[in-house]
Amino acid sequence: MTAAIRTQHGVEFARIMSIGVHRPERVVTNAEICTFIDSSDEWIQERSGITERRFAAKDESVVDMASSAAHKAIEAAGIAATDIGMVLVATVTHPYQTPSASTEVAARIGAVNAAAFDISAACAGFCFGVSLANDMVRSGSSTYVLVIGVEKLTDWIDPRDRGTAFLFADGAGAVVIGPSEVPAIGPTIWGADGGQKDAINMSQSLIEYRDNGGPIFPVITMQGQQVFRWAVGEMAKAAQRALDAAGVDAGDLDAFIPHQANNRITDAMVRALKLPAHVPVARDIVTSGNTSAASVPLAMERMLRTGEAKSGGTALLIGFGAGLVFASQVVTLP
Amino acid sequence: MSQDILSGLAVIVNEVAGVPVEDVTSEKSFVDDLDIDSLSMVEVVMAAEDKWGVKIPDSEVKNLKTVGDAVTFIAANS
Ligand SMILES: CC(C)(COP(=O)(O)OP(=O)(O)OC[C@H]1O[C@@H](n2cnc3c(N)ncnc32)[C@H](O)[C@@H]1OP(=O)(O)O)[C@@H](O)C(=O)NCCC(=O)NCCS
Repeated sequence: MTAAIRTQHGVEFARIMSIGVHRPERVVTNAEICTFIDSSDEWIQERSGITERRFAAKDESVVDMASSAAHKAIEAAGIAATDIGMVLVATVTHPYQTPSASTEVAARIGAVNAAAFDISAACAGFCFGVSLANDMVRSGSSTYVLVIGVEKLTDWIDPRDRGTAFLFADGAGAVVIGPSEVPAIGPTIWGADGGQKDAINMSQSLIEYRDNGGPIFPVITMQGQQVFRWAVGEMAKAAQRALDAAGVDAGDLDAFIPHQANNRITDAMVRALKLPAHVPVARDIVTSGNTSAASVPLAMERMLRTGEAKSGGTALLIGFGAGLVFASQVVTLP
Repeated sequence: MSQDILSGLAVIVNEVAGVPVEDVTSEKSFVDDLDIDSLSMVEVVMAAEDKWGVKIPDSEVKNLKTVGDAVTFIAANS
């Protein structure tokens, strides 16, 4: 006879309890970028909205930035690090194949009771993490989940590539997700299209580099127009589906927080969603650049800190990027 | 037919880039006269594809210098 297996039950709802971020100190202006590439402050602002971004120091690692953001999020949640049951780190720039960044972060912050793993979903990684954490809390596999989006993209770009050098930057954002009395994280609409894997990818693998050398170390390359076309065409639709799934009208939103890919993509999504003018839209990219998995929590933190959006407000999140992959959900702000 | 496409394109260009509808005439260059940059052009092309059910490949977009070029391409391929 097959033995009866007991299963676990969680709680009915989960919520984002708190947020913490790490913004590297060094501010890099468009003028400084233009010392590496043939460009101009005007072109960069027109095409992306970026005026400056932050670059991590040489000795400031993915794990350092993630731990700093995590520490603040845990403190703001009013729980102990030992209460955390899972640490999820969304990143594509941790420079070791193994072990994962998340195990190191867990040890650093004293989350000794937590399991930990990394999520590789590029600029959608944070929203993937929110979805996983929500499911973990609701199914009872963890009571408190720490979700961190962190990137040190400057280690993996060619500072002389006109298509990426002005765009990408560094940073980290973390949230604690735990039990809630009321619904506070809507269904996630997500997907992947590996048929477009060449839209954003690495110039070569590390193995190819070891065996054949090459003009430069492996870096992120991007077909900008292809990504733009996909993002503008498909991402507003995905965001609309997330609104529909949550039963929320665009007009009822207190914030729209898309991945800070490029202000022009954000503008096009706002138009396609017919977002009413009274809904504040995250524009953290202006001073932070595109920080991939870190961009949604960094943008969320800025809106809360500046009062553009309020704790308890309803926000639409969407992440999208290399894969191509995307994930979108409606959440209550911490 | 061409007149309808022209007025439809004018609406699209207005929505994407805020150019007044009456400024969008056949002889105007997207880049030089209407200030449509490469990213706005991608949006115009996508909206036109949706509206008229045409496929405008990236390789073709570079040839659509004027509004008239776009009208002619859409008329011939839709
Ligand atoms: C990167 C991006 C801004 C480039 O814009 P683009 O319009 O595709 O740029 P193109 O390569 O087609 O070049 C258009 C013109 O700008 C020029 N240009 C390109 N890069 C430039 C730069 N860094 N500075 C100044 N001029 C530049 C080109 O020479 C070209 O000029 P020309 O028309 O006189 O020949 C844009 O494609 C983009 O943002 N795409 C989305 C990327 C994104 O969000 N990725 C993140 C996803 S996670």
